[in-house]
Formats: sequence, structure tokens, C-alpha cells
Amino acid sequence: MTWPSLNLLLQSILSGVFLGALYGLIGLGLGLTWGLLRQINLTHFAWVFLSAYLCYQMAETWQLDPMLSLLILPPLFFLVGMALQWAMERFAITAFNSLLVTFGLTAVIESVIQGLWTADYRRLETHYSDMKFRLGPLFLPVPELVTLLLSVGLALAIWAAMRYTDLGRALRAMAEDSAIAAAYGMNPKGMALVLAGVCAALAAVAGVCLALSFTLAPSQIFAWVGVVFAAVMLGGLGSALGPLLAGVVIGVSEAVTMAVASPSWAPIVSFTLLIAMLLLRPGKLR
Amino acid sequence: MTLDRRSLVAAAGALGVSTLFGHRAGAQPSGTPIKVGGTLALTGPLASPSLIHKITGELYVDSLNKRGGLLGRPVEWVLKDDQSKPDVARTLYEQLVTADKVDLLIGPYGTGAILSAMGVAQRYGKVLVHHTFGIPGLAKYDQQFHGWAIGPEPEKTVPAVVFDALAASPKPPKTIAIVTSKFPSVHFVSLGAREVAKQRGLTEVLFLEWDFGNRDFGPIAGRIKDADPDLIFAGTLGLEGNMLLDALKKIDYKPKHHFYHVPAPGPMVKAPEADGALSITIFEEHPPFTNNPTAAEFVAAYRERATRANLPDTSVETQAAASFSAWQILEAGVKGANSLDDKAIATWLRKNEVDTIQGRMRFNEKGNFGADYSRVKQVQNGKWVTVWPVAYAAPGATLQVR
Repeated sequence: MTWPSLNLLLQSILSGVFLGALYGLIGLGLGLTWGLLRQINLTHFAWVFLSAYLCYQMAETWQLDPMLSLLILPPLFFLVGMALQWAMERFAITAFNSLLVTFGLTAVIESVIQGLWTADYRRLETHYSDMKFRLGPLFLPVPELVTLLLSVGLALAIWAAMRYTDLGRALRAMAEDSAIAAAYGMNPKGMALVLAGVCAALAAVAGVCLALSFTLAPSQIFAWVGVVFAAVMLGGLGSALGPLLAGVVIGVSEAVTMAVASPSWAPIVSFTLLIAMLLLRPGKLR
Repeated sequence: MTLDRRSLVAAAGALGVSTLFGHRAGAQPSGTPIKVGGTLALTGPLASPSLIHKITGELYVDSLNKRGGLLGRPVEWVLKDDQSKPDVARTLYEQLVTADKVDLLIGPYGTGAILSAMGVAQRYGKVLVHHTFGIPGLAKYDQQFHGWAIGPEPEKTVPAVVFDALAASPKPPKTIAIVTSKFPSVHFVSLGAREVAKQRGLTEVLFLEWDFGNRDFGPIAGRIKDADPDLIFAGTLGLEGNMLLDALKKIDYKPKHHFYHVPAPGPMVKAPEADGALSITIFEEHPPFTNNPTAAEFVAAYRERATRANLPDTSVETQAAASFSAWQILEAGVKGANSLDDKAIATWLRKNEVDTIQGRMRFNEKGNFGADYSRVKQVQNGKWVTVWPVAYAAPGATLQVR
């Protein structure tokens, strides 16, 4: 183990925060679906990648600024998410079966992506890639900064909506007891459609952020599952702020480990931390 | 495009008629097709390079049939998808031998899948010619043959050729950072590089390892910047090289000399920050490689087919060249032995040399490996060009240093 320079340590922490923000952004929609709709929606990862590819394609074909694709893709995916929720409802898919169904659907979407864009790597080349701010000796790359701002902004917005709006309170009531909520005049099916649409829209936003920072390949879809699941479980199912905080904890713990010790220890440290925190806070797993 | 004019005209002319790869059209093959069975990772994490092998194989089999097939019979390639999983590859090779009853085997891409296929080939006494096997020391079966001429000890020869190239440059490195993925076929070369660097008097200022699949290269880039080596020897596989370069760019660090063992060639050459990046190659699409008419014709045919398949990178380099060579070796073995008998083919291959687009290959050293055609290439002005040894350098290209 070597003691890093302060600059290296701070830059590494920043790097972990940025990556953790992306974990949190991807995990936000996944955790809401899991906690409030009782669905383990693996298709969420496929939506993220499909959105990333569409963002890439729009930039390639129409030279559309990726930031503008944030105006197109989330509404589109809102509809897609609603359609999937309608189908899940129509066929009365149980929580456990949702895992199997959405896994299958994810594999289908991966094949579709591979069919359309091939298995080869695709990189979104934008002027944002070269943009960065300096904060003393520290560098703040614009794509990662955008991801962080979107992740924090959306997590806070969802948290506020869940806490202070009628729809949010109704969704939480529905998650507690759907039958009682319906008896009070709420429309669980309608609310589930809206929530599923919102979660898919969040996936679309995460996809744009992914395309801004990472090279795309269809097979990468499943590479994100483990760490995002960890962030969601650590942050609490149905929580708006939890996945972001947990994502940042995981990202920073990995980054600091890489800065002070061997980078190959990073997953060991972060997942040991995950296990320890889950053991200390078992109630969050309910 | 770095094909010389004569080769290109010859290749284009040949394409206009048919794809024969330097041979004359033969008599129409007849009879029961000879089945050549193999798998490729058509899906999963290794799917990207497998597309290269698929296109190459299809072109080669087309050409072979136009040239009269093998032993006068047409050739059929029975290709299955191993999903980038060695265990699936094992099952599929078993199926190919026992259920599909293929006559010959051609190996998959990637060390893990090839090892699986090798086990099956050994069990049934089949010859296995494979594409890109990275760890020759693990090739224990005497009827397996490689299509990638990296010699029997790449852990010594790959670093050595890179250090040779840099030693001849105007600014030879004195310090080195060796950073590596723990992916087996690149990791062992990086460990070898530590030894070779020590022998060459290079001071190691940093050694780092990470697990394959790592997403955050920021801290690794930060440690490289702190160490500020003259040379970064990066044992990276696929996109890892790009991710490291990207992370270095984000903290405004420009490496002096930087080498990437197995980069994703397309994405790396397109990254502006990759200018000056070094890697290893056996073939690039420029003279002297394309002075070979077969190679020039293949380059043109591959580009046309890859463009139609919507591949973002349509150039021929190590993967396609190794794949093409594997088919050349299989063809030479069958024709040389004048038989489909696996023992006869293996015996012929061990005793003879085969002309491939990489060069003349032999199979008479440890693990049937032989010649080492590792050469050093560099990204220069958005193109990969060979720079070392000088005899293989692209016309006018020399190693560029910062």
C-alpha cells in the first residue's frame, strides 16, 4: 500500500463520485420499480443501453446534440415503459416471474441492438468529450459533471414528488397495501402505468449519460447489473435518494482503494462494505 | 487507406471476377461436402472481434469452393455460436464431432474457448487449427495448430520487440509503468514485461493490476500521472485501452511512450488522444504486407464485406489476418496430406511450413508454435502503421516520439 498525493486522492474521490452518480441514476428507476411495483425489472438495463444507442445514432445521423436527445428519449421511453407495464399487468406477472420475463426481454433487446448496430464498439464522439473545468489542481470533465447533476437533480425531484405530492403519497400507499389504497379511491393500475413510464424515462436519461462517457457494446448490458443491484439494495428498495448515496459510497470506496492499494482489490472492498452495511441495516431489505 | 496502387488495382480486378485469394479458379468441386465445424462468439462480450473471424471465414470458404474445394469436394462451414462462453464452446465442439459429424475442425476465437475446443479435439483425435490463442504454454495437445504467429514465448518476445523499437527511438525510455488487466492472456505478458524490463535496465516506477471489467480508470490514470513514467506498458484488453486513455485525457496527462497489448483497434485508432499509441501486430493493410497479392486481395474483399455488414472498422489487422492464416493452414494441411485423416494432416503440418499472409509459418517448437511475427505498430494521424522492425514499417513511417 502506498500513500497517494492529496491531489491523486481528491481526484480519485471525484472519479468515484462521478461513477457512483451513474450507478445511482441507473439504480433510481430500478429501485422504484422494485420497491413500489414489486417487480425486479431487468429490462431497465436494456432500456438504458437502447437509449444510449439511440442517442449515439441520432448524433451520428442528424448530428443531434446529445443534450437535445434528452428532450426526445425520455418521453419516448415513458411510453415504452407504460406499454411494458400494461403487458405485465395483462399477463399477471408475479414479482419472481418478472425477473425471468424481464431477463428474457433484455436478452431479446440485446439481440435487437446487436442486429441493428452490430456487436462492434460504438463511441459517441461529441465536443463534450474534450470539455472540462478546473478546480485548483482538480479536473471536472463535463460529461461526468452532467451525469452528476442529472443524477442528483432527478433523485431530489423524485424524492420531493414522493413526499409532497398526492401522486407520490398514493404510490407509497399503493406499495404498502394496494387493496386498501384502491378502497380509498386510488387507481393502482393507472398509477403503476405512470410509475413504470417514469422509471423507463429515467433509464433513458441514464442511457444518454452512459453514451456520453462510455463506449457502447451490446454485451455490456449485463456488466452493469451486479454493481447497480448492489447500489439499489444498499440504498433501499423504493428509495429515491438511497441508490444515489449507495452508488457514491460504492464508487468512492472503489476509487480510493484503487488510489491507495492495488486496483484489483476495489471490488473486494466495495462488496465487503455492501455486505457489512446490509448486515448492520437488515431492515432496509424489507 | 495504405494499400499501394499496384496491389489495390490487382485486388480490385480480382474482386471484379471473383474472390480467389491469389489462386486460379479450379474445377467445380463435386460430391459430398467436406464439413468444417467450428464455433465463434457470435453473441456475448467477445462478439465484436468474432464478427471479424466470421467475415474472414465466409470469404475464405467462398474462395476455396471457387478454387475447387478440398480434395475435389466442396467445403461447408458449420458455424455455431458459443456465446463467448468456454463451457458452451466445449459442448458445441462435442456436438460438431458426434452429432454433426464434421470432417475437420477450425478453432474458435479467444484463449478460453480455444482451450475448451482443444480438450474436445484431443478426446476425439481431431486436428484443431485455431485463430488467436494467447498462452502457448497451455497448448499441450500435439494436433492443435495456431493461426497467430506469436512464437512459443510471447511473454518474453512481445515486451522485447517493444523495448527494441523504443531503444532505437530518439528518446529511449528509462522508466516504465506496467499496468495490467488480470485477464489471463494479457496478464502473463505484462508479468513477462516486468522481467524483460529489469533485464533491459528500465526502472519500474509503477506496477498495477485490475480485474477485467473495471469501469473506473480515473484512479489508475492518477497514479500513472503521479509516477510520470517514460513508458506505459498497458496490459489492456479491448476497450480497457480506450478507457485508460480517456481517463488520462480527463486529467490532462499525455503519456510519453504508451503501449497497449490487445486494444480494440477500431475505437483506439479513432480516439484523438491515442495518437502515438503503440501496440503489437502481425499484419497491417499497407506494404510490405500487401505486396503479397493474396493479402492485397483479401484486404479489398474484407473491406467490401465488412462495409456491407455495417462494421465501424473495416480494416484488416491482427484478428482478421490470424483468422485468414488459420484457414490457409487447414487448407495446406489437407492438401499436403492429400487426406482428411487427422493424424496425416497433423504429421504433415509439423513437418512442413505454410505460406500465410503473415509470413511463412512453422509448427515445430513448444506447443507446435514456431515463428514469431510480432511487430510494433503505432497510431499516427488516425491510422495504425507498422513502425518496427524497420523492414516491415509502412512506407515512410518511423516511430514517433513525444
